[in-house]
Amino acid sequence: MAKPFLSIEQLTQEFPDGAGGTLTVFEKATFGVEKGEFVCILGHSGCGKSTIMNILAGLAEPTSGVVKMDGYEVSGPSLDRGVVFQNYSLLPWLSALKNVTFGVRARYRDWSRAQVEEHARRYLAMVGLEGDVVHRKPAQLSGGMRQRVSIARAFANQPKLLLLDEPFGALDALTRGTIQEELIKVWSQTEQTVFMITHDIDEAILLADRILLMTNGPLARVAESVEITVPRPRNRTEIVEHPNYYAIRNHLVQFLGQRSKELAGQPADGTEHSPETVRIDKTEPSSQDDAEPAPAPTLRAVGD
Amino acid sequence: MIRNLDARSALLSLVILFSCLFVWHVTTYVPDAGPVGVVLTQEQQDTLLGKNMAAEDIEYYASQGVEFPQLDQIAGLGLSRDMIDMAGGIRALGISVPDENSAPAPGSLFPSPGQIGTELWATITDPFYVAGTNDMGYGIQLGYSLLRVVIGYALAAAVAIPLGFLIGMSPLAYKALDPFIQVLKPISPLAWMPIALFTIGDSELSSIFVIFICSLWPMLTNTAFGVASVRRDWINVARTHELGTLRTALSVILPAAAPTIITGMRISIGIAWLVIVAAEMLVGGTGIGYVVWNEWNGLRLDRMIVAILLIGVMGMLLDAAFARLQRAVSYVE
Repeated sequence: MAKPFLSIEQLTQEFPDGAGGTLTVFEKATFGVEKGEFVCILGHSGCGKSTIMNILAGLAEPTSGVVKMDGYEVSGPSLDRGVVFQNYSLLPWLSALKNVTFGVRARYRDWSRAQVEEHARRYLAMVGLEGDVVHRKPAQLSGGMRQRVSIARAFANQPKLLLLDEPFGALDALTRGTIQEELIKVWSQTEQTVFMITHDIDEAILLADRILLMTNGPLARVAESVEITVPRPRNRTEIVEHPNYYAIRNHLVQFLGQRSKELAGQPADGTEHSPETVRIDKTEPSSQDDAEPAPAPTLRAVGD
Repeated sequence: MIRNLDARSALLSLVILFSCLFVWHVTTYVPDAGPVGVVLTQEQQDTLLGKNMAAEDIEYYASQGVEFPQLDQIAGLGLSRDMIDMAGGIRALGISVPDENSAPAPGSLFPSPGQIGTELWATITDPFYVAGTNDMGYGIQLGYSLLRVVIGYALAAAVAIPLGFLIGMSPLAYKALDPFIQVLKPISPLAWMPIALFTIGDSELSSIFVIFICSLWPMLTNTAFGVASVRRDWINVARTHELGTLRTALSVILPAAAPTIITGMRISIGIAWLVIVAAEMLVGGTGIGYVVWNEWNGLRLDRMIVAILLIGVMGMLLDAAFARLQRAVSYVE
């Protein structure tokens, strides 16, 4: 089997627990992300999602294990891996436009000033920021606008992998909806590989090709990889009509509500923890039979 | 409403100013009675007239405040007033009489607002005259002080800001240098003066050194603090954009820490301006601090007060310049 574009191998993270011992957040986590794929990771707080994100971004070092992208081992931050932080992380002394050009200039050092600005404006326009508003400082923008700028900055750099750390966590539900749609739009135009942390099940189903489910920490692991068998383009009002939507949603809710606890805290038995692939598709006649029994765990198809 | 507030505060300021000036004026007011005359008894007048002193001369000298024993001496000379004036006045003849110009005013020695106003006007209209080493316009003296402050301060900034960056960015440097900073910082700048005078020798360089050493600490500690407390997220933005150490320092840390750094610089310039006056009083020669001391020694309180006023105004201008700079680099998170 060929290695995926992004491959996380045997990743273990330990922190001192404050009482002289060590706290293993997750152990031997192993999973992959394909090129052009949009993957969301769902799990309760404390299961190490953000730690995984920081390791992928190169901002933190794992205790053991490697991350390989395009066959090369990841070490340290790189322009090939763009990050959208939860708190936007815009530089408050720069205008929205300058925040984006800051990134573009770092990426394309030989571009002319006009080229950089033109590129930045194009990506700002993609997230709906045009006109005078781009000259405002972050403090003069609403939370939603700030996150749009942050997304534009990340996409404008055209990284090989885009990491989104709960990008909509601090936004109200209405704003979140519109920016999610803009994110899909930008993503479909750019064919970007995206890895995103979220707490929001509906958001994950709307955006992702695949959802990774994590058990509770400590000793968390990526337990399942759920394929989202809802065809694109998706739309938040139409998606709920699809027969697979509630089946998938129920499965996710059930996992997060119950099984994430049951599966938690199992120490590694020496083998790597690859997620089990789950495919729920009520529209395929072949899998109809498998899908018939109601309890979610039995819905799992054979992993590959 | 804001305009209204501005107008009201300006009005209140003027009221306070004028009431202070009024109180000052009243307490120092001396009615202009001319020289204090001496009233002679009939017997004394007769004695003087008996010594062939002209009646109008007696009247003149008495009106100038010359007492009877001195008048008696003058009469003993047998000279008329014209002849005394030709000889250079009665003082030239060895008779001690009060000086008509420096006769102590009966009310107060402290100059009145009017005197200060006259002196201030004279200073403003001709700030750059040079009439000798001890008599130069206050503009020139302020210039000397300002030059020393600017040189010492610039040297301090050139050392403190890069060093502050180093300390702020490196926990090792912070821990290693912290004890030195903590011990050296609380030393009064003037306590360095003897060391500076002994090692450097030159008084000019010594006062510049004192300015340097007193400006150093607030800039150093504020820069280090500002740099160390730059938000982790912004550093991460720089890291994910593969910016080198220098680019990160210039394009992320410097603007992020600028408000704190400028605050340190503003504190430093204030201290430097306080210290230069004291330092110049010690080393003497030139400068506005020396002027204050010199005028005090000459008991020219009016000129001294003008010098003090100028020190205050200059300090205010320096602070205002940094306040502007501070506004220019500040940002809202």
